[in-house]
Amino acid sequence: MTATQPISVIEESGAINGHAHGLSKQELSHCYRTMLLVRAFDDTCLKLQRSGRIGFSIPNKGVEACQVGAASALRKSDWIFPSYRDFGMALYHGVKPLDMMHNMYGNAQDSAKGRQMPVHFSFDAPIHFVSISSPIGTHIPQAVGAAYAAMMRKEDTVFLTSFGDGGTSSLGFHSGMNFAGVWKAPVVFLCQNNGYAISCPTEEQTASDGYAIKAKAYGMPGVVVDGNDLLAVRKVVGEAVERARKGGGPTLVEARTFRMGGHSTSDDPTRYVPKELVEYWAKRDPIERFERFLAQAGYWKKGDRDRLYDECMQEVGAAARAAEETARPALETVFTDVYADMPAHLRRQGQAAFDLAARKGDASAGDGKFPL
Amino acid sequence: MATLTLLQAVNDGLKTAMRRDPSVYVFGEDVGPKGGVFLATEGLTKEFGKNRCFDTPLSEDGIVGAAIGMALNGLKPVCEIQFQDFIFPAFDQIVSEAAKFRYRSGGQYTCPMVIRTPYGGGIRGGLYHSQSGEAYFCHTPGLKVVIPSTPHDAKGLLLASIADPDPVLFLEPKALYRSVKGEVPEGDYSVPLSTLRTVREGERVTVFCYGAMVPQAVKAAEQAAAKGIECLIVDLRTLYPLDEEGVLEAAKRTGRVVVVHEAPRFCGYGAEISAMIAENIIEYMEAPVARVTGFDTPFPNTLEHHYMPDDRRILDAIEHVHGF
Ligand SMILES: Cc1ncc(C[n+]2csc(CCOP(=O)(O)OP(=O)(O)O)c2C)c(N)n1
Repeated sequence: MTATQPISVIEESGAINGHAHGLSKQELSHCYRTMLLVRAFDDTCLKLQRSGRIGFSIPNKGVEACQVGAASALRKSDWIFPSYRDFGMALYHGVKPLDMMHNMYGNAQDSAKGRQMPVHFSFDAPIHFVSISSPIGTHIPQAVGAAYAAMMRKEDTVFLTSFGDGGTSSLGFHSGMNFAGVWKAPVVFLCQNNGYAISCPTEEQTASDGYAIKAKAYGMPGVVVDGNDLLAVRKVVGEAVERARKGGGPTLVEARTFRMGGHSTSDDPTRYVPKELVEYWAKRDPIERFERFLAQAGYWKKGDRDRLYDECMQEVGAAARAAEETARPALETVFTDVYADMPAHLRRQGQAAFDLAARKGDASAGDGKFPL
Repeated sequence: MATLTLLQAVNDGLKTAMRRDPSVYVFGEDVGPKGGVFLATEGLTKEFGKNRCFDTPLSEDGIVGAAIGMALNGLKPVCEIQFQDFIFPAFDQIVSEAAKFRYRSGGQYTCPMVIRTPYGGGIRGGLYHSQSGEAYFCHTPGLKVVIPSTPHDAKGLLLASIADPDPVLFLEPKALYRSVKGEVPEGDYSVPLSTLRTVREGERVTVFCYGAMVPQAVKAAEQAAAKGIECLIVDLRTLYPLDEEGVLEAAKRTGRVVVVHEAPRFCGYGAEISAMIAENIIEYMEAPVARVTGFDTPFPNTLEHHYMPDDRRILDAIEHVHGF
């Protein structure tokens, strides 16, 4: 742990000690339900992967408050340039679990037409949740460019880009931060410091005192927030968003949290995460913390969790069944969308593929197991 | 001799190199205690300590740049890029730096180093865990590009690459990591770079291939043989610098050539083989060269089995050039 104390609002007891969160009961309930929906989606995908129904998934357990708290500070007209561990942000803004499940199965209804790996979502409504790339950090300067476009048109849109602690070592992080600083672009850089980049702990990722401090070198504020405290994330990201919207330039927010699962379904974290660390964070579960706050505010009682979680599981389960029954994408989707207009050579290659399938039968699919 | 998977052979090659030469250092993302995401470096930190096998921050540019510096100053770095798809932040270091140091310094500064990285499809990895980028690198004078397809070659070529005085990009066909097994000599040996391997003898059609396409070509050749078409299969195994004489010899023997790779077709490696044949031995050829390749599209996910050349497509090309 570092010397900088993260900002927090909800104490472990659930008390908020005079902080004004400014959220209505309805907004609070939506945040709570979204966190449960993230967990339900996560739990379901893990089971689907373990039973061989999907190839891969990215666990989100433990980081729900970061995602939902940050997303709650955005308007639907704002943009999100997410990393692969951010689907809670999409759910918060109304993307349907069914649309996400179509991606997990890579089927014909998937918005990316089954071209990407699971969890590499792309949505352009109800919020811009920009197509996720696997290479780490590439999206960070892109958020800054998109923000520049909005500045040129004098729009007050804010651009949130999210990445992990490992992402701060990428070239994209440094160029993105630098450009945003120089341009005073309306960008919020959200670093979700979840303890590890796959197996690499924070101490081996950077020698600086956490990540927020890196903001200083790029001429913008850097703030550390308790990532397991939804209201604190909402407050800090909210302030950064408002500053950006008013022309005050970018902010780097470091949310300290912990990835309770493996890096992905192919990872075995027991090879490198000390047990004590998992136990420490297990006691700091962001959903339980929020429940204690809700209970003190009179919005939550025992039994609410089970009821809501069951509801979420039903919705996600139904989505999984529907996605599983949906057909694979058609062969022609391999060849479309490479360019706006299909060049002649691609048309020929596509035709040859159809002809071969007609003459010699279909290619046989592998088992779809992803070894990482 | 032990029977090892290709992955175990790589691991054995790394251990052998580290035991024989204390200047060999292994590093990259997650290669330390975790042993690499595919476990290619399993046990190295334990045996050689965390100074000689260690994790780096998440920066391919940093990994390769630092490797170059180590190589300039007397170490033998063997760094890992987690997936070849993530090598591009290091493209500048590889192409502008490692490959050019010897030339631009008149031989004063050199980069004896190896960059290992898994490449290729077949694991449902979608756009960014499946690509075959060999063509970008074979277009880079000063760099060597090696791709094994058997456990024996994986270890032997890796040891030769580590001993080589120039930078080597060592591309490992991840689809074969656990799916092929073979006998691997214990201890030190090497398979010389820039040599071909005859996989199967035949007089009717020559098939050039490498990496994960070798077993596919073998499957196709077995089916062709059942139809009376015996194929000569050549595993190129060092793509650059290539044993051009050997390639032309093998092409001349049958006068009918199929080249197979997973990478897209346009400006792919097959184009070079095809041009080489057209320029040098066109008079020996009975049929145009046929290429069986990935499509000129990004790498898809759900339909990757259509994108990847398989025995079905290779056999079709063999029959085509044979019947021409
Ligand atoms: C450029 C690049 N290098 C390597 C990888 C392989 N990889 C995928 S995720 C990951 C770790 C990322 O850690 P972090 O940025 O902290 O995000 P987290 O997964 O913890 O959310 C690595 C090394 C990659 N996707 N892109």
